[in-house]
Amino acid sequence: MSKSLWRTLLCGACFALSPLAAEAQEAVPAEVIHWWTSGGEAAAVKVIADRFDAAGGKWVDNAVAGTDNARAAAVNRIVGGNPPAASQFNTGRQFDDLVGQGLLADLSGVAVAEGWAKIIPGPIAAAATRNGKFFAVPINIHGQNWLFYNKDVFAKAGIQDVPTSFDALFAALDKLKAAGVVPIAWGGQAWQEEIVFEAVLLGQGGKDLFLKVFRDHDLEAVHSPRFREAVEVFARMKAYVDPGSPGRAWNDATAMVIAGHAGLQIMGDWAKGEFNAAGMAPGGPKVGCSLMPGKPGYLMGGDVFVFPKLGPGATPTAAQALLAKTMLDPVTQLEFNKRKGSIPVRIDVDTSSMDPCAQVGIAMVRDPANQVPSNYFLLTADTLGAVQDAVTEFWNTPGADAKSFVETFAGVIRSAH
Amino acid sequence: MAQSRRHDIAPLLALLPALLIVVFAYAGTMVWTVCISFTDSRLLPVSDFIGLEQYARLFSDARWILSARNLVTFGLLFVGGSLVIGFLLAAFIDQKVRCEDLLRTVFLYPYAISFIVTGLVWQWMMNPSLGIQASVRGMGWTSFTFDWVVQRDMAIYALVIAGVWQSSGLVMALMLAGLRGVDEDLWKAARIEGIPTWRVYMSIVLPLLRPVVVTSVVLLSVAVVKAYDLVVALTNGGPGNATIVPAKFVMDYLFTRQNIGLATAASSVMFVTVLAALAPWLYQEYFKAHRAGGHA
Repeated sequence: MSKSLWRTLLCGACFALSPLAAEAQEAVPAEVIHWWTSGGEAAAVKVIADRFDAAGGKWVDNAVAGTDNARAAAVNRIVGGNPPAASQFNTGRQFDDLVGQGLLADLSGVAVAEGWAKIIPGPIAAAATRNGKFFAVPINIHGQNWLFYNKDVFAKAGIQDVPTSFDALFAALDKLKAAGVVPIAWGGQAWQEEIVFEAVLLGQGGKDLFLKVFRDHDLEAVHSPRFREAVEVFARMKAYVDPGSPGRAWNDATAMVIAGHAGLQIMGDWAKGEFNAAGMAPGGPKVGCSLMPGKPGYLMGGDVFVFPKLGPGATPTAAQALLAKTMLDPVTQLEFNKRKGSIPVRIDVDTSSMDPCAQVGIAMVRDPANQVPSNYFLLTADTLGAVQDAVTEFWNTPGADAKSFVETFAGVIRSAH
Repeated sequence: MAQSRRHDIAPLLALLPALLIVVFAYAGTMVWTVCISFTDSRLLPVSDFIGLEQYARLFSDARWILSARNLVTFGLLFVGGSLVIGFLLAAFIDQKVRCEDLLRTVFLYPYAISFIVTGLVWQWMMNPSLGIQASVRGMGWTSFTFDWVVQRDMAIYALVIAGVWQSSGLVMALMLAGLRGVDEDLWKAARIEGIPTWRVYMSIVLPLLRPVVVTSVVLLSVAVVKAYDLVVALTNGGPGNATIVPAKFVMDYLFTRQNIGLATAASSVMFVTVLAALAPWLYQEYFKAHRAGGHA
């Protein structure tokens, strides 16, 4: 009697434990280093984590505050022989050296199986591949040439239409100035000034000039009258910012638009998070969004995950392959990007549930002619820094002339590699 | 003589771990840093030697030259300002004022605040549209201007203000300890002779405080050479590149700009400069003292 009872109990325990044991064996933990620590960002990355766990993985979160810190942590771990399963970088050339030194897993197997080359816009795919092999999973597209404006402030200043040309933009800025508000909420940090410069160069000079300058390092293009015009348009904006702008963070500038102290802000679509948090969804009744005026183009930035080699082989482990696949599946893409403020990196996802600004962005990106890679894709971090130095010096020096800026800029482009 | 040599082995053994740490962790990393500065390292350190190319680039970089100049300006004004204000505060407290403990705490308090917080607070105070300028204008003095932090030519002095505010309390504490060590009889004698107080401070007390001044200068100079957090929080090197300092230059290239070669070249130059400035002083303070001690 007691013997059979024991046996029953033992069997029960076995049955109860067996699925657990099987699961523990299957789900290999995958540690992921990323820098998404703010509210909206954390919610976005949780989508990936939950989807990965649901697909049978085990997400181990390692959020490091600050982009530089997160990258440094990842690089130290990779070089030190204790790499994480995946690590975040910005889309572009930041991980060139890791590929060059053979430290990253080649994701071509997953990429071919999932058909990434067909569903990801060309410039993004190019930024994630080296010699035709995928070494990174791009997961979002951030538009960097957005213009967010306070609709009440615009109405009070008597601006009816959203400016679609630079002449109209400056006319609107004059009206804002006359109405007694700060026309442009300017973020006075070098990287912010540089992305506005990129946006102006694209709008005034067009995509071909932009690519000639930054991709082809064409000095003739730098010395062309069209480049000079773009520089002058950029310089004209100096008259429309407030004296407190140097050093201002982008979200403080956004707060000025939210509070109605300023008319508009030129910033990437990550600013949407700030507007949403203030209850003023861009594209809604209070805040409008439009792309920078002038020639069309969507300046694309974004984030990728790289997968360091965890073994002797070049291929990713099963957990890494699963994570890579999960990051790009349509549901993850849609839900992640809704929270992140960016747009999905796959253009085949049904995005009708996204916000109006994202819809505009997606419509732009679906046409390859509008896809413009930002400087992160085209320049090394070193050269990008030198471009930022030149732009911020030009912006912050009262009375700096366009001619000497073009000379300095040409010097930077000449030594670019 | 030979006997005492043998006895010296035990302390040497005891010190060996410390010696190893010094050799490998300090000297070793310095040598490694200098080596890397001769290579073409970008994101990762590699052993691709390219000679002095990084140094050539460094000294043709206007931003680096500016950062060196800024360091000199900031260093002289910051050390000088902290010494003068610190000494004045100490002399003031030394007059046996009431609430001495409270005042001492108040003056020393800023030193307990990190440079990051100092920088952030002063960034708000000096911001023309939020801080002191806006408040004074709000009170009716509409032509009042205090916008150094956004003026290219003046921003470095804004850094000096914040730095002096933070560090003069430390100098005060050191100086006060020194002042308390001054013999009461000296004061009595000076009073009998009818020497004015300021004259006693200048001609008698300050020379007595020389070791304290040297200590303060060393502590402040260390803060100058590694000035990074204050700059990042207050101006982030701006407006433009106006307040770039060597440490920020190095950090930029080490992390954001992924050029370890150039970053290590810049830090090697910093290292050699500090060594060159320090060597005569070290010689003066230690070797001479040692020799004097030997004679005695």
